Amino acid sequence: MSNGKRSYFLITTTCFGIAFLYIPMLMLIIYSFNESRIVPVWGGFSTKWYGVLFESEEIWEALTLSFKIATVNACFATVLGTLAGLALVRFGRFKGRTLFNGMISAPLVMPEVITGLSLLLLFITLKEFIGWPDQRGFTTITIAHITFSMAYVAVIIQSRLSGMAQDLEEAAQDLGAKPLRVLIDITLPLLAPGMVAGWLLAFTLSLDDLVIASFVTGPGAVTLPILIYSRVRLGLRPDINALATIIILVVAIGVLIAAWIMFRQQRQRELELKMTSEEV
Amino acid sequence: MNDVAETTEVVQSGLGQRILRSLQTNWKRLIILVPFLWLLIFFLAPFFIVTKISVSEAVIQSPPFTPMIAWAEDGAMQIRLVFDNFAYLWDDPLYAKTYLNSVMIAGFSTILCLLLGYPMAYAIVRSSHTAKHILLMLVILPFWTSFLLRVYAWMGLLADQGTINNLLIALGIIDQPIQMLYTTFAVYVGIVYTYVPFMILPLYANMEKLDWTLLEAAADLGARPMTTFLTITLPMTLPGIIAGSLLVFIPATGEYVIPDLLGGGNVLMIGRILYNEFNANVDWPVASAVAIALLVVLVVPMMLYQHFQSKADGAT
Repeated sequence: MSNGKRSYFLITTTCFGIAFLYIPMLMLIIYSFNESRIVPVWGGFSTKWYGVLFESEEIWEALTLSFKIATVNACFATVLGTLAGLALVRFGRFKGRTLFNGMISAPLVMPEVITGLSLLLLFITLKEFIGWPDQRGFTTITIAHITFSMAYVAVIIQSRLSGMAQDLEEAAQDLGAKPLRVLIDITLPLLAPGMVAGWLLAFTLSLDDLVIASFVTGPGAVTLPILIYSRVRLGLRPDINALATIIILVVAIGVLIAAWIMFRQQRQRELELKMTSEEV
Repeated sequence: MNDVAETTEVVQSGLGQRILRSLQTNWKRLIILVPFLWLLIFFLAPFFIVTKISVSEAVIQSPPFTPMIAWAEDGAMQIRLVFDNFAYLWDDPLYAKTYLNSVMIAGFSTILCLLLGYPMAYAIVRSSHTAKHILLMLVILPFWTSFLLRVYAWMGLLADQGTINNLLIALGIIDQPIQMLYTTFAVYVGIVYTYVPFMILPLYANMEKLDWTLLEAAADLGARPMTTFLTITLPMTLPGIIAGSLLVFIPATGEYVIPDLLGGGNVLMIGRILYNEFNANVDWPVASAVAIALLVVLVVPMMLYQHFQSKADGAT
């Protein structure tokens, strides 16, 4: 009886929460089809802002740069984050483990302004002493993004590794495989889904970052968030609404596909496990 | 194993063989070393540089600060430490007020996130298998879309000519638009909106592992729902509450985009001051001192987070 009352409260809160999360995005999408230049005043249905958007060369350049940075970042961050996750979960105690653990989890909560400022000052100091990086832009933004994205990848890999049964690895070792073989042939393939998830997360984090990129960028290197920010700072713009609509749709479709693939893989693995255990 | 032996045969030169052999024996060290060095150079070293610059003087040159180590004319090394920047922060009441304001806004937003996120996480955990997947996806999806655009969405809703004001005027509730954009209220809305998934997900992860039969046992033994909640549910979910709260509080304290776009010039937050000090005033030593002071404010919650995180890792 009290259970029914409580779940009524829970349902209301959850509905409110979901509405709170989605209504602003929905309004963003609706007003992207607004004829009027003044965003919140409805002037009839129109797709003209999408045309304005596609004709803008600036947007295309920023988008290309952001995609390049995000791709390179995601690859490096996945490798480094996976190595870090392996080291922390599977290698027991080693010298400097506490420091390592601290450095890998700190970027998750470090305010972006601090990370951005400190990396910029590092790049400037490096340039003074070794002449590199020659100019700031693609390389410096990518390095900055790798540094915080690898922390997120490491968290995913760590949770996968600690939740993974070690019996396959132990079996391979019992059959005489050397530890490096076991790592390459057994552990890494088992980690593959986690690495894919980590890659996608690193890619998105990079595409999304404004603050750190604005600190470490140089003249001429304008990423998509930097461009969007410089425009919306001055007020509402219907072409940004159109851009937002495209981004939201792409992400929604991407997440749905990824969720579906993962769901299927998980079910398949469960089936296989069931079959093997029945055979045994 | 075979192909390793083959490669070893192929590599004829002594050097190549030695490298390969050392790789085979030292691969573990290599796995640790590569990410470790990366973090040392690009994460830890920068903090020392910020600390160093925070005790330098601002000068008009490039880079705009004095070197800490200088060579005197007789060749003796001089180390110059200038604590003026910290004294400046200390003396100017604006900074103290801004730090306090940032912590208060972040703290109150964390409580709001908890009030909204806790029942939602609870509802997700207790819902059926399919509903659980759908709800979780609905919570995660905004996290993958652009943070900046989600903040921008609120500009359209809260503006004087914005959707909410237009709606309220059309309904006849108000005659004049209420100013919501560029107020502290807008900053709260923005922070809760963008950070609530960070509260829900750790809470969900924590609640999912709980033994719910305890609740049934308590109910069977005659405990009231409120008693059960206070004596069983709340203590058991405390690790999730702490993790979620820290994940919201720490980044929110240093938030820059939300106070800038939604708070305008009316809301003082430290992230904005730091950014402006650096970009508009080009005073790097003061910006560095602001960063160090912010780090000092956040070091306790950050260490708490680390502590609970490693405890959670140890438990699994």
